[in-house]
Amino acid sequence: MELFRFFEWLGNTPWSIALHESRYVFLFVLMLHVLTVSVFVGTAVMIDLRLLGRTMTHVPASQVIARLVPWSEAGFLVMVVTGSLLFYASPLARYENVFFRLKMAALVMALLNAWVFRRTAYRRVADWDLDAVPPRRARVAGALSLALLAFIITTGRMMAYSAYWFG
Amino acid sequence: MSVLEFCRWVQYSAPLVAMRASPWVFPVIATIHLMGLALIGGAVLIVDLRLLGWGLRGQPVAALAHDAERWLWRGLLVMVSTGILLFMCFATKYYWLTFFWVKMAALILVVAFTVSVRRRVAMARDADASPARCKLVALVSISLWTIVALGGRYIGFP
Repeated sequence: MELFRFFEWLGNTPWSIALHESRYVFLFVLMLHVLTVSVFVGTAVMIDLRLLGRTMTHVPASQVIARLVPWSEAGFLVMVVTGSLLFYASPLARYENVFFRLKMAALVMALLNAWVFRRTAYRRVADWDLDAVPPRRARVAGALSLALLAFIITTGRMMAYSAYWFG
Repeated sequence: MSVLEFCRWVQYSAPLVAMRASPWVFPVIATIHLMGLALIGGAVLIVDLRLLGWGLRGQPVAALAHDAERWLWRGLLVMVSTGILLFMCFATKYYWLTFFWVKMAALILVVAFTVSVRRRVAMARDADASPARCKLVALVSISLWTIVALGGRYIGFP
């Protein structure tokens, strides 16, 4: 119950209350969070599609990754900062929200997937860099990434309905 | 029949009443709408970032634009079809929201801009010879899409 107490305390800090009760700030942060999906997930999707051999097949895979990852990372940073603020506005409610937990689990898995890909299939990228369709391992990583991102978007959206569905 | 009357007719038609009665149909459609946003975002950014001299700098713009275009249309198809469903659900509410009409106007403008000016500039063989023009096109594109997105977010608030 350590975590519960901590989030309860966090939710009672002045800034948390201010954010929660704000007229515009919370909505602005929420808007920024949702719209940055287009940058973070958008560029990640294009990378994943390249890994699946479904777009920009004439461009070396390593180029697509090297040139787009920085944008995806920048988008991800904004998502984490805005996401943290959204969490901070109502820590206990988020923590207890089943969709939030699923979302965080999927996020960890997505990061893990990227990390594993980097250390395995991507290590030998020179072998398949110019191939229109990368080898199986890379394709699986791409497909898994897309599936996890779709799941993250879904659970993110469903968070709003948690109270309605689970009372 | 006025626009408002049409909105009212659609909103209270049997299928839409059923859609609103279901606890999950609207959320699922809204989620797919958001996925479409991610797809359009990626497809648009690939080209616009390149036009700004960022992202996939080493690649000829025309090839990138050609590749990204199919995903742009697919994303747009997803967003427009889910968007129409979302609209029909609360048609009269959106009718009265100025931002909804701003969003629609921006959407029509950006699609028209994309198939005309942006396509011509991006697909030009000597696109890189005029970087200023490329940057301007990219900025107009990004600005218009941002207005569409912001409008969408604004009307999404209860």
